Amino acid sequence: MIDIIQQYWKAFLWTDGYHLSGLAVTMWLLVVSIAFGFFASIPLAIARVSRSKWLSRPVWLFSYVFRGTPLYIQLLFFYTGMYSLDIVRDVDILNHFFREGYNCTILAFGLNTCAYTTEIFAGAIKATPYGEIEAGRAYGMNKFTLYRRVIIPSALRRALPAYSNEVILMLHATTVAFTATVPDILKVARDVNAATYDSFNAFGLAALIYLCITFILVALFRKAESKWLAHLRPMKA
Amino acid sequence: MRKVITAVSLALMATSFGAFAKDWKEVRFGVDASYAPFESKAPNGQLIGFDIDLGTEICARLKAKCVWVENDFDGMIPALKAKKFDGVLSSMSINEARLKEINFSAKLFNTPTRMVAKAGSGLQPTAASLKGKRVGVEQGTIQEAYAKAHWAPGGVEVVPYQNQSLVLADLASGRLDASLQDAIQADEGFLKKPEGKGFAFAGGDLNDPKTLGTGAGIGLRKEDTDLKAAIDKAIAGMLKDGTYKKIEKKYFKFDVYGK
Repeated sequence: MIDIIQQYWKAFLWTDGYHLSGLAVTMWLLVVSIAFGFFASIPLAIARVSRSKWLSRPVWLFSYVFRGTPLYIQLLFFYTGMYSLDIVRDVDILNHFFREGYNCTILAFGLNTCAYTTEIFAGAIKATPYGEIEAGRAYGMNKFTLYRRVIIPSALRRALPAYSNEVILMLHATTVAFTATVPDILKVARDVNAATYDSFNAFGLAALIYLCITFILVALFRKAESKWLAHLRPMKA
Repeated sequence: MRKVITAVSLALMATSFGAFAKDWKEVRFGVDASYAPFESKAPNGQLIGFDIDLGTEICARLKAKCVWVENDFDGMIPALKAKKFDGVLSSMSINEARLKEINFSAKLFNTPTRMVAKAGSGLQPTAASLKGKRVGVEQGTIQEAYAKAHWAPGGVEVVPYQNQSLVLADLASGRLDASLQDAIQADEGFLKKPEGKGFAFAGGDLNDPKTLGTGAGIGLRKEDTDLKAAIDKAIAGMLKDGTYKKIEKKYFKFDVYGK
C-alpha cells in the first residue's frame, strides 16, 4: 500500500509525467460536463414544459435518447463511431474536434447529464405551486419576467436535492472515460493493478479518492440546501 | 473412453515409476482460452492451440494427468496461489513484476513485438522517427512499458488504450500514426483482415529484455520447486528431440521460440 502511494501518488492526483491524469482529469471532466449540462438544461427544461408541441417534442426526444441509452455506448458512438465516418474526417473542423478523445468524452458526458438535468428541472417547474404564479401575475409580470423572477429561482431551489444526486452519479459515470483514452482516476488504478497485481490496494485507493470527492460534493450541497431551501425546512416546535 | 483408459494407464504408470511422479500424478493448468492460436476453444468446446499441445506433451513426459482449468487472465496469479491449479499455461510473459509473485518454468516461446503503421509511411520504431507522432498501445502490456521507457521521453505521444481492438480501430481510422503490439496478434487480428488493408509492419522485431521480457513460460508457485525442475526437464527434452519443432509447425510458419 505504502509502495503504491509512493510510486503512484502523482499519477493518481495530477500527472503521469507527460500529461494530466487521475484526479485532475476526473474533476475537469466533472466540472465541464456539469457546467455545460446546467446552463443548457435551463432553456431546454422551459421548452420541455412548453404547451407548444414544436418546442416540447424535440426536447422530449433528446432526453429520451440520452436517458434511454447507456453512457458507455454514447461515448463509444462519439469516439469510435463518429470518427469512422468519412464526412467527419473530411470536414476540417469536425476532424479536429473528434480526433481528440477529450472532446468526444466531454460531448458525450455533457449531453448525457444535460438530458437528466433537463428532466429534473422540468419536473421542478411543473411542480411550482400555482399560488406563486398567480401572485406574479397579480403583479402584472409578463411571461419572461415571471420565469426569471419567480418560476426559475423557485424551481431550481426545489430541484437541489435531486440535482445533487445527478452530480454524484455523473462523478461515478466519469469512470468510463478511459474508453476514449482519457486517463481518469480509474485508469491510473488499472495501471497500478497491471504493474503490481495488487488489485485490492490498487482499486481500494481509487475508491478512497472517489469517496473523498463525494464527501466534499455532499458537504457543498448540504450548505447550498441550508441556504436556498431554508424556507422549506420544517418549523421548529 | 479412450481418454479415460489413457489417463488411467498414465496414472498407473506414474504410480509404478518415476521420482517426481509420486508427487505429481495430476498437473492442473490454468488457461484463458481467448488467445488463438495459442489457446482457444474449438466449436465442440474442446481446448485447442499451441499452449494446449505443449502442455499435453509436458504432462506426457511427466507421466502425469493433465487437467485444464479455465480462468480469466486477470485473476491467474491469485488463483495459482490459491491452488485452484498448479501452473498457468496461458501465454504469460515472464517479467520482473510477475517474478515477485510467482516462479516461471523455462521459456516456452518468445513472440516478437513489432510496430504497425500505414504501408509506405516510412516510420521506423525509434524515438527519432516517431517524434511528435501518436502511437497506440494496450494498457498493462509489455509493449506499453517499452514505448513509455524508450519513446515517450523522446517526444513521442504514447497513448494507452483499454484494449487492443480499440488501438487497432483508431489506427484504422487515422487517429493514430502507429501501434505497437505482439506481432502475431497484429498479424492475425488486423493485417490479415480486410480492415488492415493498407497497413503493414514497420521496422523489425524489437528487443529489450528489461521491458519486453524474455518470453512466455508456465507460471508456477514459488514453493513447487520439484514441479519446476520436472517441467523444465520436459521442455528441454522436447526442444532437443524435435517434438517442439513438430508442434510449432502445426501453428506457425516461423520460429516462435525466438531469442
